[in-house]
Amino acid sequence: MKIGIIRFPGSGEGDCLEAWRVVGEEPVLIWHQETSVEGFDLIVLPGGFSYGDYLRAGALACFSPIMSAVLRFAQRGGLVWGIGNGFQILTEGGLLPGAFLCNAQLRFLCSPQYLRVERNDLAFTNQYRTGQVIQIPINHGEGNYSISDDGYRQLEENNQIVLRYVTPEGEMSANGNPNGSRANIAGIVNREGNVFGMMPHPERVMEEIIGGVDGQGMFLSILKHRERRTQHGA
Amino acid sequence: MLKAKVTVTLKDSIVDPQGSAAERVLTSMKYPVESIRIGKYMEVILSENDKVKAEEIMHEICQKLLANPVMEDYSFELEG
Repeated sequence: MKIGIIRFPGSGEGDCLEAWRVVGEEPVLIWHQETSVEGFDLIVLPGGFSYGDYLRAGALACFSPIMSAVLRFAQRGGLVWGIGNGFQILTEGGLLPGAFLCNAQLRFLCSPQYLRVERNDLAFTNQYRTGQVIQIPINHGEGNYSISDDGYRQLEENNQIVLRYVTPEGEMSANGNPNGSRANIAGIVNREGNVFGMMPHPERVMEEIIGGVDGQGMFLSILKHRERRTQHGA
Repeated sequence: MLKAKVTVTLKDSIVDPQGSAAERVLTSMKYPVESIRIGKYMEVILSENDKVKAEEIMHEICQKLLANPVMEDYSFELEG
């Protein structure tokens, strides 16, 4: 599978690169000043602090030259996966709706977090069960997902909410919500299902020795999706 | 050259956690504070002398980059 990871100044692409290697893939790093993503099967916008989070997290990165190419790639149906800062870039660039505010408690959060998988019919989640509770760490200062009432209604109507912050029992309560995100939203997809953004970091739970393997499902889902498409001659 | 003084604030409908925290502290210090909203102030020097054109450019800059219309409002004044 041909996987491209976009590197912005300040990106933390190393964890993501290593995670793909755990499942046997060798991604290509693409510098943000490049202008083409032709020939790739998946583009990953990794976590980190692109442009030092100056102005607003993700705001400056979405005007990098590579982002026009990523936008065209997404419009043609290419798979785009934004993790952490990558999700912030996707919302700033208008590929996904909503925006991010400072965490409600104003603290930078770096801790394990329970999530509930809300749908498993996607390229990114087909190796999980719907309703499955998984543990994936969060690591952000601005993860408080915000969206207008209308925007939220559309997310619900189009079934675009993929991951929610929950308690260990899988309950979507205020207790399970670490950062104040609207309706405990941790990850959403576009209507077409090919652009996925999530704040938690699955690339950091790929091996038991570093604390868990719940993140593997995302990577394996994408590989499975690719395999199915190849079998169907796509 | 013209200078634009830009103010970006969170929309009234958006909860401002930083403002709320500052408000709680000032209230605990017994100041008669009703509320605080924290925003950003920016100065942009334009290499454009026509005020009408400069205004258009500033609206574009604010909408595209300096403010996020999903959650923020902006205003600016031109000088110079």
